[in-house]
Amino acid sequence: MPQVSKRSGAPSPWPQYPNDLPSEPVRFAPLERVRVRMSAPLGHIRTPFYIRGCSGTIERLCGSFPNPEELAQQRSGLPAQPLYRVRFLQKNVWHGYRGHPADVIEVEIFQHWLEKADTRTRDE
Amino acid sequence: MSDRRELGKYQPLSYFQLMEVSLRELLVEKGVVTEQAVQTALESVRSRTPERGARVVARAWVDPRYKASLLENGTRAVEHLGLELPATKLVVVENTPAVHNVIVCTLCSCYPRMLLGIPPEWYKSRNYRSRVVREPRAVLAEFGTKIPKRVRIRVHDSTADMRYLVLPMRPKGTEGWSEERLASLVTRDCMIGVSLPKRP
Repeated sequence: MPQVSKRSGAPSPWPQYPNDLPSEPVRFAPLERVRVRMSAPLGHIRTPFYIRGCSGTIERLCGSFPNPEELAQQRSGLPAQPLYRVRFLQKNVWHGYRGHPADVIEVEIFQHWLEKADTRTRDE
Repeated sequence: MSDRRELGKYQPLSYFQLMEVSLRELLVEKGVVTEQAVQTALESVRSRTPERGARVVARAWVDPRYKASLLENGTRAVEHLGLELPATKLVVVENTPAVHNVIVCTLCSCYPRMLLGIPPEWYKSRNYRSRVVREPRAVLAEFGTKIPKRVRIRVHDSTADMRYLVLPMRPKGTEGWSEERLASLVTRDCMIGVSLPKRP
C-alpha cells in the first residue's frame, strides 16, 4: 500500500479520478498543510460544521467535480472545483478526544473551502 | 412498491408509501416512465447485495497484485471483476495490524450501493453519523468490535464524490481457502468497518 511519508512536495501515490470538465487550477499538493475556512454560508454546503476551522494535511487529490453548492441552485457547478481528501488528527478536531493520539479523520473537502496553513501541529 | 411477500398482509400505507404510489402513478400517467421501467430499476437495486463487495475482498485476499490495483484505483479494479460501478468513484481503504478504518457519511447517507446494496437503517441514523466521528471506539464497541488501544482508528467521512469500501484483514486459519469460501466470511458490516470478518 502506498504510504504517505514525506513532508512536502511528494507526488500523490494515488491517481485521481479525472474528467474532462473545465476546472479551477489545483492549488494544493499531497502532504501540504491546509486549514478549512471558518465560514457559515447558507445553502447546500458539503463541508461539515465540525471540521470548519480545523487544520490538517492533504491526503490526496480526488479529481475535480462540479461545485455542489452551485448544483443545488440549478447551476452548472462549473468550473469544477478540485476535491481533496484531508486528514485531521482527531485530538485536534474534538476537545478532550479519547483514543489513540494518532487517530485520524479524513474528510473530502472542495478547494474553495481550503486555505494554506503554515503551522504544523505536533505528531503530524 | 411494496414487496411481493407483503401482499395479503393488510396494512394501511405509510406517508412515504402513499407518496411513492402517487408519484409513480402520476409519472406513468404522464408517460414519463413506464411501470415496466420502474420494475426493472427495482429489480436491479435488489440484485445489488453485499456479496458483490465480498467477491472483491476475497479476490484481494488471494491476489496481492489485485489488492494493489484495488487500493490504487477502486473503480477500475472492481470493474475488472466484471462488476459495473456506474458513476461510482471508489476509494478502498485497507485495515492493517496498525490501522482500522470505518466509514460514515455525516451529512446524509452516501454509501457504496453498487457494491453493498441498500444501506442499513443504522448507517443513516443520526446516532451513528454524529457519534462515530467523535467516539469511534465507543461506537465500534457497541457493534461488538473491540479495537486494541495500540491500533489507530481512521474514520472516513464520505462528504462528497468518493465512495468507500473497507478491505478487512484476512482471518487467520484460512490458508489455502478458495475465493468463494473466503467470500463467505466477508460481511456487509466488516466492509463498512464496524465489525470484523467472520471467524473460520
